[in-house]
Amino acid sequence: MAKMNMLQAINQALTLEMERNDRMLVFGEDVGHFGGVFRATSGLQDKFGKDRCFNTPLTEQGIAGFANGLASNGMTPVAEIQFADYIFPAFDQIVNEAAKFRFRSGNQFNVGGLTIRTPYGGGIAGGHYHSQSPEAYFTQVAGLKVVVPRNAYQAKGLLLASIRDNNPVVFFEPKRLYRASVNDVPEEDYEIPLGQAEVIQDGTDVTVLAWGAQVEVVQKACDMAKEAGISCELIDLRTLAPWDVEAVAKSVIKTGRLVINHEAPLTGGFAGEIAATIQQECFLYLESPIMRVCGLDTPYPLVHEKEYMPDAFKTFEAIKASVNY
Amino acid sequence: MSQSNFSEAVIHRATFIERDSLTIPILKILQADGTTYEDAVLPQIDQQLSQRIFDACIFTRVLDERMLAAQRQGRISFYMTCTGEEAAVLGSVAALDDGDVILAQYREHAALRYRGFSTQQYMDQLFSNEQDLGKGRQMPIHYGINALNFQTISSPLATQIPQASGVGYSLKLQQKPNVAICYFGEGAASEGDFHAGLNMASVHKVPVIFFCRNNGYAISTPTEEQYAGNGIASRGLGYGMHTIRVDGNDMLAVLAATQQARAYAVKHSAPVLIEAMTYRLGAHSSSDDPSGYRSKDEEAKWQQHDPVKRFKLWLIKEGWTTEADEQALYSKYRDEVLAAVKVAEKVPSPKIDLLIEDVYDQPPPRLKQQLEELKQHIAKYPKAYPKTAGRL
Repeated sequence: MAKMNMLQAINQALTLEMERNDRMLVFGEDVGHFGGVFRATSGLQDKFGKDRCFNTPLTEQGIAGFANGLASNGMTPVAEIQFADYIFPAFDQIVNEAAKFRFRSGNQFNVGGLTIRTPYGGGIAGGHYHSQSPEAYFTQVAGLKVVVPRNAYQAKGLLLASIRDNNPVVFFEPKRLYRASVNDVPEEDYEIPLGQAEVIQDGTDVTVLAWGAQVEVVQKACDMAKEAGISCELIDLRTLAPWDVEAVAKSVIKTGRLVINHEAPLTGGFAGEIAATIQQECFLYLESPIMRVCGLDTPYPLVHEKEYMPDAFKTFEAIKASVNY
Repeated sequence: MSQSNFSEAVIHRATFIERDSLTIPILKILQADGTTYEDAVLPQIDQQLSQRIFDACIFTRVLDERMLAAQRQGRISFYMTCTGEEAAVLGSVAALDDGDVILAQYREHAALRYRGFSTQQYMDQLFSNEQDLGKGRQMPIHYGINALNFQTISSPLATQIPQASGVGYSLKLQQKPNVAICYFGEGAASEGDFHAGLNMASVHKVPVIFFCRNNGYAISTPTEEQYAGNGIASRGLGYGMHTIRVDGNDMLAVLAATQQARAYAVKHSAPVLIEAMTYRLGAHSSSDDPSGYRSKDEEAKWQQHDPVKRFKLWLIKEGWTTEADEQALYSKYRDEVLAAVKVAEKVPSPKIDLLIEDVYDQPPPRLKQQLEELKQHIAKYPKAYPKTAGRL
């Protein structure tokens, strides 16, 4: 066990798997010698050579297309898109190609070995092109798995599971926690299973659901609620596609209430999908309408970032509104 | 190392390089009458290879003629022909090793035949029956077969181009003496994926052959409205790539160019671009009507350059085939295709249970639940779902 931040944990996961699997490659913009703009891939080129860890030209669609080709021919590519905001040029290769490779070919070919890592989210004064949370776009794509870790420990275990999963995975890394999240992280190899939510804190009055960097935010709101005499059950979804309906429904049946928090804009956000499913699964158990605490339906702003964010105070208010409905 | 990869010639008066400064010769070996140019250097070809190519030519002609008719009769929903481009496709695939991976666009079924795809396998795909390797999930002509190293065709244009760079890089790292070959039209070269794929291959020194069938039209858009500049070959040079332009209706020229391209790509672990100048004699697809955008005269002019006929004349001169042999091949394949159609039409559609397979490696619980709900619904309204109701 060692104290590690999220970048170190990610770096260790990549290192461990590259040692184990000589078909694994790591590439993207600036990921080679420099180790990526956030330094997640530091030292990998020195250790594994330029053939297996390299810079690519500035072409997100090229990175994703190249990765698809590699994976379709038996390799394990882990491609980095420098910021999730820049994943859109690669959208076609991810949505139309990676996600559908196995299905459209009748499993003659698949890109199961593919993992795309990308830093997402706000809170770093990055303005709209360095702050977006585009996870919902990918949750509608059958064939992709979408994974978001909340801290260093989770990042290592979930990333190892993602790379070894036999399906293409888009792995969103909460960049504002890259250095801020420091945990005890085992040095050895471990996996956290995909598709399973984690109940972080038991409670009886309301279920509070989040993923990635927002888990820390809603934790604060749950602490505030505790002061106000409200018992929150806190769940980290961890995998958004396919998501753990059972765990969330089980909790909501117990508490009768649900508050969902995410950074992305409200409209069309993944909270909408969760709300619709949970009201169907738990209709007779619900004591109040499912609440959503999300970003506004605007591009992510620079100056008003603090106001825009679905922060602990907004979440606390939603928790109280849910309980007092 | 920075800024070292450009050539330096100094001038002291602003002088621009014009389009005409770049002359790209076109490789021609066979003449219209089936004789070869006097100074032509022939590819490596013998009677056996010639026969295999010619056989696939005639099969492809028959397949295209019969299946276009089948589409017109409403027996299949869609079709695309290779007509006019057989030399581009077969001359190139015949230069490859069976371990070379083919990433096709949608007009390269002749290559699949050359690799050994059976007549029945074509029909099963075209009729989307339960024998279709693609399990009835894509439109007709989206073939793919792992055993023949022919990746399944995807409809979005040009997506196979950067993928081919990735496949080529995997062959390099797996230390296989093979290449990836990527087919596309000059229209697809307008997509961002073309730039992305060529640039990636060049920078990362990937053994891949980018094979452009410059066939004159992207659906209805002629080349003048598709790109400016000196064809697609000039782009290859821009990417620092070994490049050649060939007469795409000349089987021997395409074969010669591709044999050398392959040898170069393997030896130097580097990409090559081949631009084959050809003409799409047929419509873009069965949904297209070229009379709306090109003249009969233009089509008649290109009929004179029929690549199959030109190759046949050469074979006859070599004493390797006769008109009678050709007729015998035609009739053999007509019978074979018709028989396969009859078989394929009687094979049922893939079972509804297949719908949720291959989305992920294992169907997730929600998907299983959705299938169960669907089956219960079909059972309740069997007349509304005649294809599946009787086979739940």
